[in-house]
Amino acid sequence: MFSFFKKSETPAETVATPVEAPKASWLSRLKAGLARTSSSLGSVFSLRKIDEELLEDLEATLLMADCGVEATQTLLAELRRRWKHDKLETGEQLRAALAEHLVKLLTPLQQPLVIDGHKPYIIMLSGVNGAGKTTSIGKLARHFQSQGKSVLLAAGDTFRAAAREQLVEWGNRNNVSVIAQDGGDPAAVAFDAISAAKARGIDVVMVDTAGRLPTQLHLMEEIAKVRRVIQKAEPSGPHEVLLVLDGNVGQNALAQLKAFDKAVGITGLIITKLDGTAKGGVIAAIARTHPKPLRFIGVGEGIEDLQPFMATEYVDALLATGNTGAAEAV
Amino acid sequence: MLDNLTNRLAQVVKTLRGQARLTEDNIADMLREVRMALLEADVALPVVKDLMVRIKEKALGQEVVGSLTPGQALVGVVQQELALIMGGSQASLNFATQPPAIILMAGLQGAGKTTTVGKLAKYLKEKQRKKVLTVSCDVYRPAAIAQLQAVSAQAGAEFFPSSADQKPVDIALAAIDYAKRHYLDVLLVDTAGRITIDEQMMDEIRQLHAAIKPIETLFVVDAMLGQDAVNTARAFNEALPLTGVVLTKLDGDSRGGAALSVRHVTGAPIKFTGVGEKLGGLDEFHPERMASRILGMGDILSLVEEARAAVDEKAALDLAEKLRKGKGFDLNDFKEQMGQMRKMGGLSGLMDKMPAQFAQAAAQMQPGAPEKAMARVEGIINSMTPAERSNPDLIKAARKRRIAAGAGVQVQEVNRLLNQFEQMQKMMKQFSKGGIGKLMRGLGGLKGMKGMMPGG
Repeated sequence: MFSFFKKSETPAETVATPVEAPKASWLSRLKAGLARTSSSLGSVFSLRKIDEELLEDLEATLLMADCGVEATQTLLAELRRRWKHDKLETGEQLRAALAEHLVKLLTPLQQPLVIDGHKPYIIMLSGVNGAGKTTSIGKLARHFQSQGKSVLLAAGDTFRAAAREQLVEWGNRNNVSVIAQDGGDPAAVAFDAISAAKARGIDVVMVDTAGRLPTQLHLMEEIAKVRRVIQKAEPSGPHEVLLVLDGNVGQNALAQLKAFDKAVGITGLIITKLDGTAKGGVIAAIARTHPKPLRFIGVGEGIEDLQPFMATEYVDALLATGNTGAAEAV
Repeated sequence: MLDNLTNRLAQVVKTLRGQARLTEDNIADMLREVRMALLEADVALPVVKDLMVRIKEKALGQEVVGSLTPGQALVGVVQQELALIMGGSQASLNFATQPPAIILMAGLQGAGKTTTVGKLAKYLKEKQRKKVLTVSCDVYRPAAIAQLQAVSAQAGAEFFPSSADQKPVDIALAAIDYAKRHYLDVLLVDTAGRITIDEQMMDEIRQLHAAIKPIETLFVVDAMLGQDAVNTARAFNEALPLTGVVLTKLDGDSRGGAALSVRHVTGAPIKFTGVGEKLGGLDEFHPERMASRILGMGDILSLVEEARAAVDEKAALDLAEKLRKGKGFDLNDFKEQMGQMRKMGGLSGLMDKMPAQFAQAAAQMQPGAPEKAMARVEGIINSMTPAERSNPDLIKAARKRRIAAGAGVQVQEVNRLLNQFEQMQKMMKQFSKGGIGKLMRGLGGLKGMKGMMPGG
């Protein structure tokens, strides 16, 4: 978590760069991040003819990308049907068909977060321990700042040792005000932050919460309370409730989504750490069984590596069908 | 989620009825189910493939084919095989060195390294009577050092201060020096989380390892990790000679297939498991229990242990004595049981550890509803007089009306509670006579757990 700070020079340089330039590099970074999957998928799709063996390899690859048994089987059944029906012959055609299906599956998730209509716009973050909530808040704050919006953070993780300090220190470095209390109730911190934001005319308030596992019922009730109290401070809020998922997590991501959705009504997702070696196939599993807008994905440690999710870009990067050549270069 | 593997296999077996015996052909369906179960539990595919070869070999052996219940026998084989892979050398920490014994922690971001250092410090201090020093080499994440400092203070361990402008190797060497001069037994070195493809960071920890030559290098891994656990574990294992694994966040509801993957790839024994954020939450690793958990068969043994930890021993003994006599289980005990259940994390927490059949029955109830229902039941019992509690037979129509009014519920609810109590009393009698087997059958008669709570 938070090790993106080790490249403390990089964020500064990217904030200065205009929107155009990062666009291309973002795609290449996405590809680089997913390079492992795409290369293994690439080898499956070489010039082989389609046969059962190829499909089996493909199944294995999808499973290993954490797509989950159900999503994988659905995709494969569909591909099998296309293979017979459209008389596909080469691996390349199969890849195109797979890309098409993945895009179809993932497009409904592609709904960027629009900060509009409310001031302050209240965003609440939730997730299990170590998913990257506080890190994501930092990146999001910079993201909104670069759009010219003023940001206020609420250090709602009153539980973990030094979580508050982590956010406060980050805020100091980046000129963002952080509302924190010594110990106490996360809901109270959220309430204070919203009142402060109203008084100061802030555009965006982000409420951090402590990590919790869905099995810890009392903590799930606590986070539900945070949400209720936010509503008390601002009847129209929270305007966005984000769930931060670790891209390395396997099928448990679905269980997490269900539990948090039940507790606080998730309106959007952030998937972090997709750059490691993990592939985030769990996105497909989510799209299949419990679709929620995927607002951002994180593919790197730099601040610019947290970006809105685009289904075609993602699938392109995953299957390396684009011809930017960046994936090969990495 | 996934149903119990035993159930699924039983279904496959049903379709096999009429065939005299299991053959290589018709066992394929069952093996497929096993494969799916393992994959859904996030066991990495290469590991699954490996396992399936071994399981198939055993499954075709006499013990499964000859069995009257091949489904169950097969599950038994799978479970054994999983436990075998994860277990073996159940090793504790190695201190056979000139003090300080240095323990290096490594892992991905957010795996739980710092929390684990705190837990380990507390464990070593309290259970092994060691003098512990902790030091953080995480110079990247803001406040990571402050976090370790706070955690160390909670654990009662000494903390060696460092700052973000120092080099990790320098920090560690200074800490070793300090530990030597102050005759401390153990030095716990926390490091920054890193991803395996970041060569620079992997290099850093390699250098750190070379500089401090730890006697234990523990790989901290999140039990929720997916398929990628293999790659991560392999990369860390290649960079560092891992001597052990700590599996964290086991209190979640993930099946924890990562445990199997990591063990399979690194060969390093799983030395500890982490549950919860409190510093007491560090347990030894039990391969059989983990195998059951991966297969979705519940974790009854951990449940029993948790119960032992949460339950007042004297109260439990009293109850056991009452049960042994086969009578005297009254509403006071009933209420106390509920209080203890709540201590153990509530009914829902219990359900997570139950085998899937029970959990399914319980899932019909609304989550959180059992807690609410329990509070209600307590309210009703609190509205009774002590005489009524110890002798519920006293309660007739007029008393029922009074109790209902006192608890703010309908008379029917009082009736329902009394009915349930009666059933439970019967169950308890069976328990005292026939042991746990009969009790379980009694539970089945109640249609799972549903009958036990009103308003579910």
